[in-house]
Amino acid sequence: MDFNENFILGCSAIGAGLAVIAGIGPGVGQGIAAGHAAAAVGRNPGAQSQIRTMMLLGQAVAETTGLYGLLVAILLLFVKPLLP
Amino acid sequence: MEHGILLSGGADVDFMIHGIFRYSFFGHQVWITTSHVCILIVMLILIGFAVAANRCMAKATEVPGGFQNVVELIVEKLDGMVNVSMEQSAPKFYNYIGTVFIFILFSNISGLLGLRPPTADYGVTLPLALITFTLIHVNKWKYQKPMTIWEDICSPLPKWLPIWAPINLVSIIAVPISLSLRLFANVLSGTAMMALLYGLLGWAATAWPAVLHVYFDLFSGAIQTYVFCMLTMTYISNEIGDGVRH
Repeated sequence: MDFNENFILGCSAIGAGLAVIAGIGPGVGQGIAAGHAAAAVGRNPGAQSQIRTMMLLGQAVAETTGLYGLLVAILLLFVKPLLP
Repeated sequence: MEHGILLSGGADVDFMIHGIFRYSFFGHQVWITTSHVCILIVMLILIGFAVAANRCMAKATEVPGGFQNVVELIVEKLDGMVNVSMEQSAPKFYNYIGTVFIFILFSNISGLLGLRPPTADYGVTLPLALITFTLIHVNKWKYQKPMTIWEDICSPLPKWLPIWAPINLVSIIAVPISLSLRLFANVLSGTAMMALLYGLLGWAATAWPAVLHVYFDLFSGAIQTYVFCMLTMTYISNEIGDGVRH
């Protein structure tokens, strides 16, 4: 079967949209990290700067999975690997 | 140059890398791209700063003043960061981590100068991650016995049953890939969003995107620089352990 170019581009756009759903995961994860950091500061306000550093580090690592989804979307939209 | 290095070029959205000219290198076609030009600008700024710092420290005074203060502050902060996470093996890594930190930081915030950040090119972040990968494994073979390494690869099963070895090997290979993709995708997403914004606004994009520049270039760039260096140091100090050579 062969499809025309516009069909492939349209499907690529749908795929890109589906790929960025990956953003849900890091969103939840970063929220949990921030919530626990807030709780930790509440218990131990003296360690605030250390907690902030650790929270940002953990969030930046958790962000990676969402960025993979973004990368797939960008590849589908701008590099167009599915076109013959 | 029609499609310049500058991000906010014209009305159409454009955040891609462009070839400037090509040449033949042992039969391969090699392109000099806008990334090379941007990285060259970043390097020239850093070399200029280094020469100025060297001049300044050559006639350093007991009580620091002006520029000497700034240079000492940078060195102290960077060394302190390495000290916290590497402890007794820190002195060997001051130079490398400091250099990488300053380079990535300047690359990330070069979006403020209107450049396309060099770290938004996978050809820049992959070598950085590969250097980390090499350092991890050199230190692993330096500080651990071959039998311990084999047991690590076979874990959690006993060493005569290497069923888990392929999975552990995949997790070893994944380290440089995830390190480089994290930095690359973060900077690229910032660049893409800034380009979309400039394309949307046209002439109106003179002042207020500054807020987004602060977030995408300064905040995100600094965090990702810190994360890259922190992970590099954590991986290496995991392999070094208590620092006793076998």
